[in-house]
Amino acid sequence: MKIKQLSIFLENKPGALIAPCSLLAKAGINIQTFSLADTREFGILRFVVKEWEKAQELLLQHGFTVRVTEICAIEVEDRPGGLVSILKVLEKAKVNVEYTYAFTAKYGGKGLILFRFDDVDRAIEALSKAGINVISTSELFKRLTENGN
Amino acid sequence: MKKNNASIPVHTASAMDFLPLSKLQELQLSRLKWTVQRAYDKVALFRDRMDKLGFVPNDLKSIDDIKNLPFTTKTDLRDNYPFGLFASPLEEIVRFHASSGTTGKPIVVAYTKEDIQDWATAILRSFAACGLHAGDIVQNAYGYGLFTGGLGAHYGAEALGAAVIPISGGNTERQIMIMKDFGVTAISCTPSYFVHIIDTAKDLGVDLRQLPLRAGVFGAEPWTEDMRHRIESESGIKAYDIYGLSEIMGPGIAMECVYQAGPHIFEDMFYPEVINPESGEVLPEGSEGELVLTTLCKRAMPMIRYRTRDITALTSQQCRCGRTLRRLKRINRRSDDMMIIRGVNVYPSQIEEALLKVEGTLPHYLIIIDRVKGLDVMEVQVEVTPEVFSDTIGAMEQLQAKISHFIAATVGIRPEVKLVAPKTIKRSEGKAKRVIDKRKL
Repeated sequence: MKIKQLSIFLENKPGALIAPCSLLAKAGINIQTFSLADTREFGILRFVVKEWEKAQELLLQHGFTVRVTEICAIEVEDRPGGLVSILKVLEKAKVNVEYTYAFTAKYGGKGLILFRFDDVDRAIEALSKAGINVISTSELFKRLTENGN
Repeated sequence: MKKNNASIPVHTASAMDFLPLSKLQELQLSRLKWTVQRAYDKVALFRDRMDKLGFVPNDLKSIDDIKNLPFTTKTDLRDNYPFGLFASPLEEIVRFHASSGTTGKPIVVAYTKEDIQDWATAILRSFAACGLHAGDIVQNAYGYGLFTGGLGAHYGAEALGAAVIPISGGNTERQIMIMKDFGVTAISCTPSYFVHIIDTAKDLGVDLRQLPLRAGVFGAEPWTEDMRHRIESESGIKAYDIYGLSEIMGPGIAMECVYQAGPHIFEDMFYPEVINPESGEVLPEGSEGELVLTTLCKRAMPMIRYRTRDITALTSQQCRCGRTLRRLKRINRRSDDMMIIRGVNVYPSQIEEALLKVEGTLPHYLIIIDRVKGLDVMEVQVEVTPEVFSDTIGAMEQLQAKISHFIAATVGIRPEVKLVAPKTIKRSEGKAKRVIDKRKL
């Protein structure tokens, strides 16, 4: 139910983003989706790849500060209120959302949003009880493959 | 893998460490008389200064009379560059060393054959004090060359009978390979370089705790007790503080014993005093002040009451090792390193202490001082380690605020804390450069 996400620390300066990306590119590792959070001085690049262990190893070898975080990929109905129904469950369970980002591709008319929670286990428990589909890693990559990624 | 050496008998040269106090004081006085007479007879600067004060070497009746002798400073060495303070003719000199000399001319020091032997003995006693002995494999990663660290430690380790690897500083990956392949048991280098070795070993997947390495003889720059704990927990070795400065001899003036309770001064060779750096008055034992040293055996270049600019205190409290030699309080600041920021005295070691309080921050940092619109600003760049890195901006900003808070609480000035990527701060293979002062004063 949990997806491994890699985060790396970047200084906020021209060219900082290209270094880790070209490293992954050269190793043939495809970034499925990513988000970049930034402050005036530094940024955090977060992304999901299939071969996360290989990517982590590679980035560490090249001197990046890497962190692995467990996040959730949640199926969201593509209609008004689709996101609200999920957020309501989380609010009730008192789980805090640290940040989110999404996959661009849809599957069966549904969107996929990645959530970073302060308490991932509690979030999964509450969402599952409410009948909301939290996608497993194997399911995620199966869908991405079917979508031609 | 780590062997304990508590039961190893002391080296015969270490007998001098345990002289009965009365014997030691007797020896100090006779050697001081010899040194002062020699300095007076052979070095114009010392003779002129003593004459000016109306002091004649015969006035030395007790060791306390040393307080009537004039001080010598680093400026005196500069002013007499290169050979002006030599007490031996060139034919008797067998070695030169010189300071790195970041500004202007370097400081030159010289040694006779006997001086070199004495120095080797001082370092032999240093290595022996922390439990090293023949059979140990010593990786000497101090820089070889004009700097006293490399050759000083080399001769001392050889005199002890240890097997020395004269690897010098740099090429860290090779250092780690050799450390592993040769089964190195002790290393000598600057503490900041060893931290770099720890980091590099981690990157290479080498666990230093699994190697036979058990002791580090660290010196040539100020470091803190916290840094010692970090080095010891991350590498599984014992980290010992060795003290010295080229003007007096080089490393080996004082060294910690296995109890790590502050370096014991080899007082039969170097006489210590602690003074008030402003008034020059000798301070009672235990008071913190500037360390002043007088050589008791040196021939080529005797030093009388040399002001080291190192801030410390002396203690004669009995150490568990039984040495009669007094100990120095850990020197983690030099008056040389002092920065004056907005009128406040700040030492890099204080910044280091504050950084170490923030869990997981290894001391890779750089202090940049600048003056913006007439006001001093201090920026502290800190490398982000995996231990403190978080994927949320909130947590990272909290880290920044925490570091800034701890520094402000320690030094009284709130710095601009800048988090930087790993390995972006230049590593030093010798003495670490911690401060860049951009102010045009």
